Amino acid sequence: MKFLVTVKRVTDYEAKIKLKADKSGIVTDGVNMIMNPFDEIGVEEALRLKEKHGGEVVVLSIGGADAVAQIRSALAMGADRGILVKHDGALDSFGVAKILTKIVEKETPDVVIMGKQAIDDDSSQAGQILAELLGWGQGTFANSVVIDGGKAKVVREADGGLETVSLDLPAVITTDLRLNEPRYASLPGIMKAKKKPLDEIDASSLGVDLGLKVKVIGLEEPSAKKAGQKVPDVATLVQKLKSEAKAI
Amino acid sequence: MASHLIVVEHTGGKLVKATLAAVTAASQVGGDIHALVLGQGVDAVAAEVAPFVKQVHVGEHAGVKERAAQPFAKVIADVAKSLGVSHVWAAATGAGKDILPRVAARLDAGMASDISAVLSENTFKRPMWAGNITGTVEVTTATKVISVRPTEFAQPAPGAAGAIAAVAVDPGASKMSWVSFDAVVSDRPALSDARVVVSGGRGLKGPEGFKTIIEPLADVLGAAIGASRAVADAGWVPNDWQVGQTGKVVAPELYIAVGISGAIQHVAGMKGSKCIVAINKEPEAPIFQIADYGLVADLFKAVPELIEALKAAKA
Repeated sequence: MKFLVTVKRVTDYEAKIKLKADKSGIVTDGVNMIMNPFDEIGVEEALRLKEKHGGEVVVLSIGGADAVAQIRSALAMGADRGILVKHDGALDSFGVAKILTKIVEKETPDVVIMGKQAIDDDSSQAGQILAELLGWGQGTFANSVVIDGGKAKVVREADGGLETVSLDLPAVITTDLRLNEPRYASLPGIMKAKKKPLDEIDASSLGVDLGLKVKVIGLEEPSAKKAGQKVPDVATLVQKLKSEAKAI
Repeated sequence: MASHLIVVEHTGGKLVKATLAAVTAASQVGGDIHALVLGQGVDAVAAEVAPFVKQVHVGEHAGVKERAAQPFAKVIADVAKSLGVSHVWAAATGAGKDILPRVAARLDAGMASDISAVLSENTFKRPMWAGNITGTVEVTTATKVISVRPTEFAQPAPGAAGAIAAVAVDPGASKMSWVSFDAVVSDRPALSDARVVVSGGRGLKGPEGFKTIIEPLADVLGAAIGASRAVADAGWVPNDWQVGQTGKVVAPELYIAVGISGAIQHVAGMKGSKCIVAINKEPEAPIFQIADYGLVADLFKAVPELIEALKAAKA
Protein backbone atom coordinates (compact mmCIF):
# COMPACT_ATOMS: atom_id res chain seq x y z
CA MET A 1 0.00 0.00 0.00
CA LYS A 2 1.20 3.54 -0.56
CA PHE A 3 0.73 6.15 2.15
CA LEU A 4 1.21 9.84 1.38
CA VAL A 5 1.77 11.95 4.50
CA THR A 6 2.08 15.73 4.61
CA VAL A 7 4.24 17.61 7.11
CA LYS A 8 4.28 21.34 7.73
CA ARG A 9 7.12 23.33 9.21
CA VAL A 10 5.61 25.42 12.02
CA THR A 11 6.64 27.45 15.07
CA ASP A 12 7.22 25.41 18.21
CA TYR A 13 4.04 25.20 20.29
CA GLU A 14 6.07 26.11 23.37
CA ALA A 15 7.42 29.29 21.77
CA LYS A 16 6.14 32.66 22.89
CA ILE A 17 4.63 34.08 19.72
CA LYS A 18 5.23 37.81 19.26
CA LEU A 19 4.41 40.18 16.43
CA LYS A 20 7.12 42.12 14.64
CA ALA A 21 7.07 45.84 15.43
CA ASP A 22 5.65 46.63 11.97
CA LYS A 23 3.03 43.86 12.40
CA SER A 24 3.97 42.36 9.03
CA GLY A 25 4.40 38.94 10.57
CA ILE A 26 5.49 37.11 13.67
CA VAL A 27 9.04 37.23 15.01
CA THR A 28 10.85 34.12 13.77
CA ASP A 29 14.40 35.01 14.87
CA GLY A 30 15.36 32.64 17.63
CA VAL A 31 12.03 30.77 17.39
CA ASN A 32 12.41 27.03 17.18
CA MET A 33 10.69 25.45 14.17
CA ILE A 34 9.23 21.95 14.38
CA MET A 35 7.12 19.48 12.43
CA ASN A 36 3.44 20.29 13.07
CA PRO A 37 2.58 17.93 15.96
CA PHE A 38 -0.52 16.58 14.19
CA ASP A 39 1.62 15.79 11.13
CA GLU A 40 4.07 13.91 13.30
CA ILE A 41 1.16 11.79 14.50
CA GLY A 42 0.33 11.30 10.80
CA VAL A 43 3.83 10.07 9.97
CA GLU A 44 3.64 7.65 12.90
CA GLU A 45 0.26 6.32 11.77
CA ALA A 46 1.53 5.79 8.24
CA LEU A 47 4.54 3.91 9.59
CA ARG A 48 2.31 1.65 11.71
CA LEU A 49 0.01 0.98 8.76
CA LYS A 50 3.01 0.17 6.58
CA GLU A 51 4.35 -2.16 9.27
CA LYS A 52 1.00 -3.96 9.20
CA HIS A 53 0.13 -3.94 5.51
CA GLY A 54 3.45 -3.46 3.76
CA GLY A 55 4.18 -0.77 1.19
CA GLU A 56 5.73 2.65 1.12
CA VAL A 57 5.46 5.86 3.11
CA VAL A 58 6.02 9.02 1.07
CA VAL A 59 6.32 12.26 3.03
CA LEU A 60 5.70 15.64 1.49
CA SER A 61 6.10 19.24 2.56
CA ILE A 62 5.24 22.50 0.80
CA GLY A 63 7.41 25.51 1.49
CA GLY A 64 10.90 26.92 1.30
CA ALA A 65 14.18 25.04 1.34
CA ASP A 66 14.22 24.90 5.14
CA ALA A 67 11.20 22.57 5.12
CA VAL A 68 13.69 19.87 4.13
CA ALA A 69 14.52 19.58 7.82
CA GLN A 70 10.99 18.37 8.62
CA ILE A 71 11.01 15.92 5.69
CA ARG A 72 14.31 14.51 6.95
CA SER A 73 12.79 14.13 10.44
CA ALA A 74 9.98 12.05 8.95
CA LEU A 75 12.49 9.99 6.96
CA ALA A 76 14.44 9.47 10.17
CA MET A 77 11.28 8.13 11.83
CA GLY A 78 11.07 5.58 9.01
CA ALA A 79 9.37 7.14 6.00
CA ASP A 80 10.79 5.87 2.69
CA ARG A 81 10.90 8.84 0.39
CA GLY A 82 10.44 12.60 0.57
CA ILE A 83 9.08 15.31 -1.69
CA LEU A 84 9.55 19.04 -1.22
CA VAL A 85 7.17 21.19 -3.23
CA LYS A 86 8.99 24.50 -3.31
CA HIS A 87 6.81 27.54 -2.83
CA ASP A 88 7.62 30.93 -1.39
CA GLY A 89 5.05 33.38 -0.13
CA ALA A 90 1.54 33.01 1.16
CA LEU A 91 -0.53 29.95 0.45
CA ASP A 92 -4.07 29.24 1.65
CA SER A 93 -5.67 25.90 2.43
CA PHE A 94 -7.24 25.69 -1.02
CA GLY A 95 -3.83 26.21 -2.62
CA VAL A 96 -2.31 23.48 -0.46
CA ALA A 97 -5.10 21.11 -1.49
CA LYS A 98 -4.72 21.94 -5.18
CA ILE A 99 -0.98 21.24 -5.06
CA LEU A 100 -1.70 17.94 -3.34
CA THR A 101 -4.22 16.88 -6.02
CA LYS A 102 -1.39 17.03 -8.56
CA ILE A 103 0.91 14.99 -6.35
CA VAL A 104 -1.86 12.47 -5.70
CA GLU A 105 -2.42 12.16 -9.47
CA LYS A 106 1.23 11.29 -9.87
CA GLU A 107 1.77 9.11 -6.80
CA THR A 108 -1.65 7.36 -6.61
CA PRO A 109 -1.52 6.69 -2.86
CA ASP A 110 -4.07 4.44 -1.14
CA VAL A 111 -4.30 6.76 1.86
CA VAL A 112 -3.41 10.42 2.31
CA ILE A 113 -2.76 11.27 5.95
CA MET A 114 -2.68 14.90 7.08
CA GLY A 115 -2.79 16.65 10.42
CA LYS A 116 -6.20 17.94 11.46
CA GLN A 117 -4.84 21.49 11.67
CA ALA A 118 -1.56 23.34 11.54
CA ILE A 119 -0.89 24.92 14.91
CA ASP A 120 0.09 28.25 13.35
CA ASP A 121 -2.88 28.81 11.06
CA ASP A 122 -5.43 26.67 12.93
CA SER A 123 -7.75 26.59 9.87
CA SER A 124 -8.36 22.84 9.67
CA GLN A 125 -9.39 22.88 5.99
CA ALA A 126 -6.71 21.46 3.70
CA GLY A 127 -7.42 17.74 4.22
CA GLN A 128 -11.15 18.17 3.76
CA ILE A 129 -10.76 20.34 0.64
CA LEU A 130 -8.35 17.79 -0.83
CA ALA A 131 -10.80 14.94 -0.21
CA GLU A 132 -13.57 16.88 -1.95
CA LEU A 133 -11.40 17.86 -4.95
CA LEU A 134 -10.48 14.18 -5.34
CA GLY A 135 -14.05 12.96 -4.79
CA TRP A 136 -12.79 10.79 -1.93
CA GLY A 137 -14.22 10.01 1.49
CA GLN A 138 -12.62 11.50 4.60
CA GLY A 139 -12.05 10.48 8.21
CA THR A 140 -11.17 13.68 10.04
CA PHE A 141 -9.94 14.02 13.64
CA ALA A 142 -9.07 10.32 13.63
CA ASN A 143 -8.76 8.55 16.95
CA SER A 144 -8.08 5.15 15.39
CA VAL A 145 -7.67 3.74 11.89
CA VAL A 146 -8.14 0.12 10.80
CA ILE A 147 -7.64 -0.88 7.17
CA ASP A 148 -9.29 -4.02 5.90
CA GLY A 149 -10.56 -5.22 2.54
CA GLY A 150 -10.05 -2.00 0.62
CA LYS A 151 -11.75 0.12 3.28
CA ALA A 152 -10.63 2.18 6.23
CA LYS A 153 -12.66 2.14 9.42
CA VAL A 154 -11.96 5.40 11.22
CA VAL A 155 -13.13 6.25 14.70
CA ARG A 156 -13.32 10.05 14.89
CA GLU A 157 -13.41 12.54 17.73
CA ALA A 158 -16.81 14.17 17.38
CA ASP A 159 -18.81 16.53 19.57
CA GLY A 160 -20.25 14.48 22.39
CA GLY A 161 -18.42 11.25 21.69
CA LEU A 162 -16.67 9.06 19.15
CA GLU A 163 -18.08 8.50 15.67
CA THR A 164 -17.15 5.59 13.41
CA VAL A 165 -17.10 6.02 9.63
CA SER A 166 -16.21 3.61 6.86
CA LEU A 167 -14.19 4.94 3.91
CA ASP A 168 -13.63 3.33 0.52
CA LEU A 169 -9.95 3.51 -0.32
CA PRO A 170 -8.30 5.68 -1.52
CA ALA A 171 -9.30 8.18 1.18
CA VAL A 172 -8.05 11.14 3.19
CA ILE A 173 -7.54 10.83 6.94
CA THR A 174 -6.67 13.72 9.25
CA THR A 175 -5.12 12.99 12.62
CA ASP A 176 -6.23 13.98 16.09
CA LEU A 177 -4.15 14.12 19.25
CA ARG A 178 -4.78 10.66 20.60
CA LEU A 179 -4.44 8.65 17.39
CA ASN A 180 -0.99 7.50 18.47
CA GLU A 181 2.19 8.51 20.24
CA PRO A 182 4.90 9.20 17.66
CA ARG A 183 8.16 7.33 17.95
CA TYR A 184 11.48 9.08 18.43
CA ALA A 185 13.87 8.79 15.50
CA SER A 186 16.67 6.38 16.38
CA LEU A 187 20.28 7.23 15.65
CA PRO A 188 20.48 4.61 12.86
CA GLY A 189 17.23 6.07 11.53
CA ILE A 190 18.72 9.55 11.44
CA MET A 191 21.79 8.25 9.59
CA LYS A 192 19.69 6.30 7.07
CA ALA A 193 17.49 9.35 6.45
CA LYS A 194 20.40 11.24 4.90
CA LYS A 195 20.54 8.70 2.07
CA LYS A 196 16.82 8.34 1.39
CA PRO A 197 15.53 9.99 -1.81
CA LEU A 198 14.22 13.55 -1.45
CA ASP A 199 12.92 15.15 -4.62
CA GLU A 200 12.27 18.83 -5.07
CA ILE A 201 9.52 20.16 -7.33
CA ASP A 202 8.63 23.77 -8.03
CA ALA A 203 5.00 24.47 -7.15
CA SER A 204 4.78 26.62 -10.29
CA SER A 205 5.54 23.58 -12.45
CA LEU A 206 2.37 21.81 -11.31
CA GLY A 207 0.06 24.01 -13.38
CA VAL A 208 -2.35 24.96 -10.60
CA ASP A 209 -3.77 28.40 -9.92
CA LEU A 210 -2.50 29.34 -6.48
CA GLY A 211 -4.22 32.71 -6.33
CA LEU A 212 -5.30 33.36 -2.76
CA LYS A 213 -8.94 32.82 -1.93
CA VAL A 214 -8.18 33.85 1.63
CA LYS A 215 -5.63 36.59 2.32
CA VAL A 216 -4.24 37.51 5.72
CA ILE A 217 -4.36 41.29 5.61
CA GLY A 218 -3.62 42.11 9.23
CA LEU A 219 -2.19 40.70 12.43
CA GLU A 220 -2.55 41.97 15.98
CA GLU A 221 -2.00 40.79 19.49
CA PRO A 222 -5.28 40.42 21.37
CA SER A 223 -5.70 42.91 24.21
CA ALA A 224 -4.17 41.59 27.40
CA LYS A 225 -6.59 40.50 30.06
CA LYS A 226 -6.84 42.76 33.06
CA ALA A 227 -4.53 41.46 35.79
CA GLY A 228 -6.24 39.24 38.31
CA GLN A 229 -5.69 38.92 42.04
CA LYS A 230 -4.54 36.19 44.35
CA VAL A 231 -6.93 35.37 47.17
CA PRO A 232 -5.61 34.10 50.51
CA ASP A 233 -8.30 31.55 51.30
CA VAL A 234 -11.55 29.90 50.20
CA ALA A 235 -13.69 32.27 52.26
CA THR A 236 -12.27 35.31 50.45
CA LEU A 237 -12.69 33.56 47.08
CA VAL A 238 -16.37 32.84 47.70
CA GLN A 239 -16.98 36.35 48.99
CA LYS A 240 -15.39 37.91 45.91
CA LEU A 241 -17.15 35.57 43.49
CA LYS A 242 -20.43 36.57 45.08
CA SER A 243 -20.10 40.31 45.57
CA GLU A 244 -17.35 41.40 43.17
CA ALA A 245 -17.63 39.09 40.18
CA LYS A 246 -21.31 38.27 40.77
CA ALA A 247 -20.48 34.88 39.27
CA ILE A 248 -22.34 32.81 41.87
CA MET B 1 -26.69 42.62 -1.77
CA ALA B 2 -25.33 39.74 0.32
CA SER B 3 -27.52 36.72 1.11
CA HIS B 4 -26.82 33.85 3.41
CA LEU B 5 -27.31 30.13 3.95
CA ILE B 6 -26.88 28.84 7.50
CA VAL B 7 -26.15 25.13 7.83
CA VAL B 8 -28.23 24.11 10.84
CA GLU B 9 -26.73 21.59 13.21
CA HIS B 10 -29.01 19.41 15.29
CA THR B 11 -28.65 16.42 17.54
CA GLY B 12 -31.28 14.16 19.10
CA GLY B 13 -34.04 16.07 17.34
CA LYS B 14 -32.98 19.39 18.87
CA LEU B 15 -31.24 22.46 17.47
CA VAL B 16 -27.60 22.86 18.47
CA LYS B 17 -27.58 26.41 19.90
CA ALA B 18 -24.12 27.12 18.46
CA THR B 19 -25.77 27.34 15.04
CA LEU B 20 -27.51 30.55 16.13
CA ALA B 21 -24.12 32.21 16.64
CA ALA B 22 -23.69 31.82 12.88
CA VAL B 23 -27.05 33.56 12.37
CA THR B 24 -25.82 36.50 14.48
CA ALA B 25 -22.63 36.73 12.45
CA ALA B 26 -24.54 36.60 9.15
CA SER B 27 -26.89 39.33 10.33
CA GLN B 28 -23.86 41.54 10.97
CA VAL B 29 -23.11 41.34 7.24
CA GLY B 30 -26.75 42.01 6.38
CA GLY B 31 -29.07 40.55 3.76
CA ASP B 32 -31.59 37.70 3.68
CA ILE B 33 -30.77 34.72 5.86
CA HIS B 34 -31.84 31.22 4.85
CA ALA B 35 -31.35 28.09 6.95
CA LEU B 36 -30.89 24.52 5.77
CA VAL B 37 -31.91 21.59 7.95
CA LEU B 38 -30.88 18.15 6.69
CA GLY B 39 -31.94 14.82 8.12
CA GLN B 40 -35.04 12.74 8.70
CA GLY B 41 -37.83 13.75 11.06
CA VAL B 42 -36.40 17.24 11.56
CA ASP B 43 -39.59 19.32 11.60
CA ALA B 44 -39.06 20.26 15.26
CA VAL B 45 -35.57 21.55 14.48
CA ALA B 46 -36.93 23.61 11.56
CA ALA B 47 -39.54 25.12 13.89
CA GLU B 48 -36.83 25.97 16.46
CA VAL B 49 -34.72 27.85 13.95
CA ALA B 50 -37.56 29.57 12.05
CA PRO B 51 -37.89 32.60 14.42
CA PHE B 52 -34.33 33.57 13.60
CA VAL B 53 -34.23 33.44 9.80
CA LYS B 54 -36.20 34.50 6.74
CA GLN B 55 -36.74 30.99 5.38
CA VAL B 56 -36.00 27.47 6.50
CA HIS B 57 -35.33 24.83 3.85
CA VAL B 58 -35.82 21.26 5.01
CA GLY B 59 -34.01 18.55 3.06
CA GLU B 60 -35.29 15.13 4.02
CA HIS B 61 -33.62 12.13 2.39
CA ALA B 62 -32.49 8.71 3.60
CA GLY B 63 -29.00 9.61 2.39
CA VAL B 64 -28.74 12.42 4.95
CA LYS B 65 -30.32 10.59 7.88
CA GLU B 66 -26.90 10.36 9.47
CA ARG B 67 -24.31 13.07 9.09
CA ALA B 68 -21.43 12.22 6.73
CA ALA B 69 -19.21 14.88 5.22
CA GLN B 70 -19.28 13.90 1.54
CA PRO B 71 -23.05 13.63 0.93
CA PHE B 72 -23.79 16.57 3.25
CA ALA B 73 -21.31 18.84 1.47
CA LYS B 74 -22.87 18.01 -1.89
CA VAL B 75 -26.39 18.79 -0.72
CA ILE B 76 -25.35 22.00 1.07
CA ALA B 77 -23.46 23.24 -1.99
CA ASP B 78 -26.37 22.34 -4.29
CA VAL B 79 -28.82 24.34 -2.16
CA ALA B 80 -26.39 27.25 -1.84
CA LYS B 81 -26.04 27.37 -5.63
CA SER B 82 -29.77 27.12 -6.31
CA LEU B 83 -30.49 29.92 -3.81
CA GLY B 84 -27.62 31.95 -5.23
CA VAL B 85 -26.37 32.96 -1.79
CA SER B 86 -23.12 34.85 -1.40
CA HIS B 87 -22.27 33.47 2.06
CA VAL B 88 -22.52 29.98 3.56
CA TRP B 89 -22.15 29.76 7.34
CA ALA B 90 -21.97 27.16 10.09
CA ALA B 91 -20.83 27.04 13.70
CA ALA B 92 -17.22 25.88 14.06
CA THR B 93 -18.23 22.78 15.95
CA GLY B 94 -16.70 19.37 15.22
CA ALA B 95 -19.37 18.80 12.57
CA GLY B 96 -18.94 22.26 11.07
CA LYS B 97 -15.18 21.81 10.79
CA ASP B 98 -15.62 18.38 9.24
CA ILE B 99 -18.12 19.37 6.55
CA LEU B 100 -17.78 23.06 5.69
CA PRO B 101 -14.37 22.95 3.93
CA ARG B 102 -15.83 20.41 1.48
CA VAL B 103 -18.66 22.84 0.80
CA ALA B 104 -16.06 25.53 0.10
CA ALA B 105 -14.27 23.15 -2.27
CA ARG B 106 -17.50 22.47 -4.20
CA LEU B 107 -18.28 26.18 -4.44
CA ASP B 108 -14.68 27.10 -5.36
CA ALA B 109 -14.93 29.48 -2.42
CA GLY B 110 -12.47 30.81 0.10
CA MET B 111 -13.26 29.76 3.67
CA ALA B 112 -12.57 31.72 6.84
CA SER B 113 -12.40 29.26 9.75
CA ASP B 114 -13.48 29.84 13.34
CA ILE B 115 -14.01 33.60 13.01
CA SER B 116 -14.29 35.77 16.12
CA ALA B 117 -15.61 38.95 14.44
CA VAL B 118 -17.22 40.20 11.25
CA LEU B 119 -15.61 43.38 9.90
CA SER B 120 -17.35 43.53 6.53
CA GLU B 121 -18.97 41.18 4.01
CA ASN B 122 -15.53 39.85 3.08
CA THR B 123 -13.23 40.56 6.03
CA PHE B 124 -13.21 38.74 9.33
CA LYS B 125 -11.08 38.34 12.43
CA ARG B 126 -9.93 34.92 13.53
CA PRO B 127 -7.60 33.47 16.15
CA MET B 128 -4.22 32.15 14.94
CA TRP B 129 -1.28 30.57 16.74
CA ALA B 130 -3.57 29.17 19.45
CA GLY B 131 -5.17 32.60 19.87
CA ASN B 132 -1.88 34.36 20.58
CA ILE B 133 -2.42 36.40 17.44
CA THR B 134 -5.66 37.72 15.96
CA GLY B 135 -5.56 37.67 12.18
CA THR B 136 -7.69 39.79 9.87
CA VAL B 137 -8.50 37.83 6.74
CA GLU B 138 -10.10 38.82 3.46
CA VAL B 139 -12.02 36.24 1.45
CA THR B 140 -11.45 37.18 -2.18
CA THR B 141 -13.99 34.91 -3.89
CA ALA B 142 -17.52 35.90 -4.86
CA THR B 143 -18.96 33.13 -2.68
CA LYS B 144 -17.65 33.05 0.88
CA VAL B 145 -17.77 30.16 3.34
CA ILE B 146 -17.36 30.93 7.01
CA SER B 147 -17.29 28.92 10.22
CA VAL B 148 -18.02 30.87 13.36
CA ARG B 149 -16.54 30.50 16.85
CA PRO B 150 -19.79 30.19 18.82
CA THR B 151 -18.44 31.76 22.02
CA GLU B 152 -17.70 35.02 20.19
CA PHE B 153 -21.21 35.80 18.98
CA ALA B 154 -24.25 36.40 21.16
CA GLN B 155 -27.43 34.45 20.55
CA PRO B 156 -29.78 36.41 18.25
CA ALA B 157 -33.16 37.74 19.34
CA PRO B 158 -36.11 35.81 17.90
CA GLY B 159 -38.57 37.50 15.59
CA ALA B 160 -41.48 36.42 13.44
CA ALA B 161 -41.02 32.83 12.31
CA GLY B 162 -39.69 32.49 8.78
CA ALA B 163 -41.43 30.25 6.25
CA ILE B 164 -40.57 26.56 6.35
CA ALA B 165 -40.49 24.66 3.07
CA ALA B 166 -39.21 21.33 1.86
CA VAL B 167 -36.34 21.29 -0.62
CA ALA B 168 -35.55 18.29 -2.80
CA VAL B 169 -32.01 17.05 -2.18
CA ASP B 170 -29.82 14.42 -3.82
CA PRO B 171 -26.83 13.27 -1.74
CA GLY B 172 -25.34 11.47 -4.74
CA ALA B 173 -22.95 8.52 -4.64
CA SER B 174 -20.56 8.56 -1.73
CA LYS B 175 -17.19 6.98 -0.96
CA MET B 176 -17.87 7.05 2.76
CA SER B 177 -20.59 6.08 5.20
CA TRP B 178 -21.53 6.69 8.81
CA VAL B 179 -21.30 3.52 10.88
CA SER B 180 -22.05 4.37 14.51
CA PHE B 181 -21.82 6.94 17.28
CA ASP B 182 -20.60 6.21 20.78
CA ALA B 183 -22.01 9.06 22.87
CA VAL B 184 -20.49 10.28 26.10
CA VAL B 185 -23.57 10.22 28.28
CA SER B 186 -23.91 12.82 30.98
CA ASP B 187 -26.58 14.51 33.07
CA ARG B 188 -24.50 17.65 33.21
CA PRO B 189 -24.95 20.66 30.95
CA ALA B 190 -23.03 20.54 27.66
CA LEU B 191 -19.50 21.85 28.00
CA SER B 192 -19.81 24.20 25.02
CA ASP B 193 -22.70 26.26 26.43
CA ALA B 194 -22.68 25.71 30.22
CA ARG B 195 -22.83 28.80 32.43
CA VAL B 196 -20.21 27.34 34.73
CA VAL B 197 -17.35 24.98 33.88
CA VAL B 198 -15.17 23.16 36.41
CA SER B 199 -12.02 21.82 34.78
CA GLY B 200 -9.48 19.38 36.14
CA GLY B 201 -5.86 18.78 35.33
CA ARG B 202 -2.88 16.69 36.30
CA GLY B 203 -2.87 18.14 39.82
CA LEU B 204 -5.75 15.76 40.58
CA LYS B 205 -3.22 12.93 40.47
CA GLY B 206 -5.57 10.36 38.95
CA PRO B 207 -9.06 9.63 37.64
CA GLU B 208 -10.38 9.24 41.21
CA GLY B 209 -9.59 12.94 41.65
CA PHE B 210 -12.32 13.70 39.13
CA LYS B 211 -14.78 11.61 41.11
CA THR B 212 -13.91 12.94 44.58
CA ILE B 213 -12.94 16.55 43.82
CA ILE B 214 -14.25 17.77 40.45
CA GLU B 215 -17.64 16.10 40.32
CA PRO B 216 -18.89 17.29 43.75
CA LEU B 217 -17.74 20.83 42.93
CA ALA B 218 -19.49 20.67 39.55
CA ASP B 219 -22.61 19.30 41.27
CA VAL B 220 -22.90 22.19 43.74
CA LEU B 221 -22.44 24.70 40.89
CA GLY B 222 -24.57 22.88 38.30
CA ALA B 223 -21.51 22.97 36.12
CA ALA B 224 -20.18 21.13 33.11
CA ILE B 225 -16.84 19.36 33.51
CA GLY B 226 -13.80 20.10 31.38
CA ALA B 227 -10.25 18.83 31.39
CA SER B 228 -6.73 19.60 30.34
CA ARG B 229 -5.17 17.69 27.48
CA ALA B 230 -2.86 15.78 29.84
CA VAL B 231 -5.67 14.05 31.68
CA ALA B 232 -7.58 13.31 28.47
CA ASP B 233 -4.42 11.76 27.01
CA ALA B 234 -4.00 9.74 30.20
CA GLY B 235 -7.51 8.39 29.77
CA TRP B 236 -8.82 9.80 33.07
CA VAL B 237 -11.73 11.47 31.26
CA PRO B 238 -13.46 11.19 27.87
CA ASN B 239 -11.60 13.01 25.08
CA ASP B 240 -14.70 15.09 24.55
CA TRP B 241 -14.05 16.91 27.87
CA GLN B 242 -10.76 18.43 26.71
CA VAL B 243 -10.73 22.22 26.66
CA GLY B 244 -8.12 23.86 24.48
CA GLN B 245 -6.76 24.99 21.12
CA THR B 246 -7.49 21.61 19.60
CA GLY B 247 -10.33 20.59 21.90
CA LYS B 248 -13.37 22.59 22.93
CA VAL B 249 -13.34 26.36 23.09
CA VAL B 250 -15.55 27.56 25.93
CA ALA B 251 -16.46 30.97 27.33
CA PRO B 252 -18.68 30.41 30.36
CA GLU B 253 -19.64 32.99 32.99
CA LEU B 254 -17.38 31.14 35.43
CA TYR B 255 -14.45 28.84 34.71
CA ILE B 256 -12.74 27.11 37.62
CA ALA B 257 -9.41 25.48 36.76
CA VAL B 258 -8.40 22.92 39.38
CA GLY B 259 -4.89 21.50 39.30
CA ILE B 260 -4.29 22.86 35.80
CA SER B 261 -0.95 24.55 35.11
CA GLY B 262 -2.26 26.70 32.25
CA ALA B 263 -0.30 25.77 29.12
CA ILE B 264 -0.87 28.10 26.15
CA GLN B 265 -2.92 25.45 24.39
CA HIS B 266 -5.32 25.05 27.32
CA VAL B 267 -5.63 28.80 27.84
CA ALA B 268 -6.51 29.14 24.15
CA GLY B 269 -9.69 27.21 24.86
CA MET B 270 -10.94 29.16 27.91
CA LYS B 271 -9.47 32.67 28.09
CA GLY B 272 -12.74 34.12 26.82
CA SER B 273 -14.46 33.07 30.05
CA LYS B 274 -16.05 35.97 31.90
CA CYS B 275 -14.56 35.04 35.29
CA ILE B 276 -11.63 32.67 35.70
CA VAL B 277 -10.69 31.05 39.01
CA ALA B 278 -7.53 28.98 39.36
CA ILE B 279 -6.68 26.65 42.22
CA ASN B 280 -3.14 25.31 42.07
CA LYS B 281 -0.41 24.68 44.60
CA GLU B 282 2.32 26.17 42.36
CA PRO B 283 2.38 29.97 42.78
CA GLU B 284 4.26 30.34 39.47
CA ALA B 285 1.78 28.29 37.43
CA PRO B 286 1.00 30.18 34.18
CA ILE B 287 -2.73 29.81 34.84
CA PHE B 288 -2.48 32.55 37.47
CA GLN B 289 -1.56 35.03 34.72
CA ILE B 290 -5.01 34.81 33.22
CA ALA B 291 -7.04 34.03 36.33
CA ASP B 292 -9.25 36.75 37.78
CA TYR B 293 -8.95 35.07 41.15
CA GLY B 294 -6.07 32.77 41.98
CA LEU B 295 -5.89 30.56 45.05
CA VAL B 296 -2.51 29.03 45.75
CA ALA B 297 -3.46 26.01 47.78
CA ASP B 298 -3.54 22.24 47.93
CA LEU B 299 -6.65 21.45 45.91
CA PHE B 300 -7.37 18.34 47.97
CA LYS B 301 -7.97 20.67 50.96
CA ALA B 302 -9.19 23.78 49.17
CA VAL B 303 -11.86 22.24 46.95
CA PRO B 304 -13.76 20.38 49.72
CA GLU B 305 -13.61 23.65 51.69
CA LEU B 306 -14.93 25.51 48.65
CA ILE B 307 -17.77 23.02 48.21
CA GLU B 308 -18.87 23.52 51.83
CA ALA B 309 -18.59 27.31 51.54
CA LEU B 310 -20.66 27.29 48.32
CA LYS B 311 -23.33 25.12 49.92
CA ALA B 312 -23.46 27.52 52.88
CA ALA B 313 -23.67 30.53 50.55
CA LYS B 314 -26.61 28.90 48.77
CA ALA B 315 -28.47 28.12 52.02
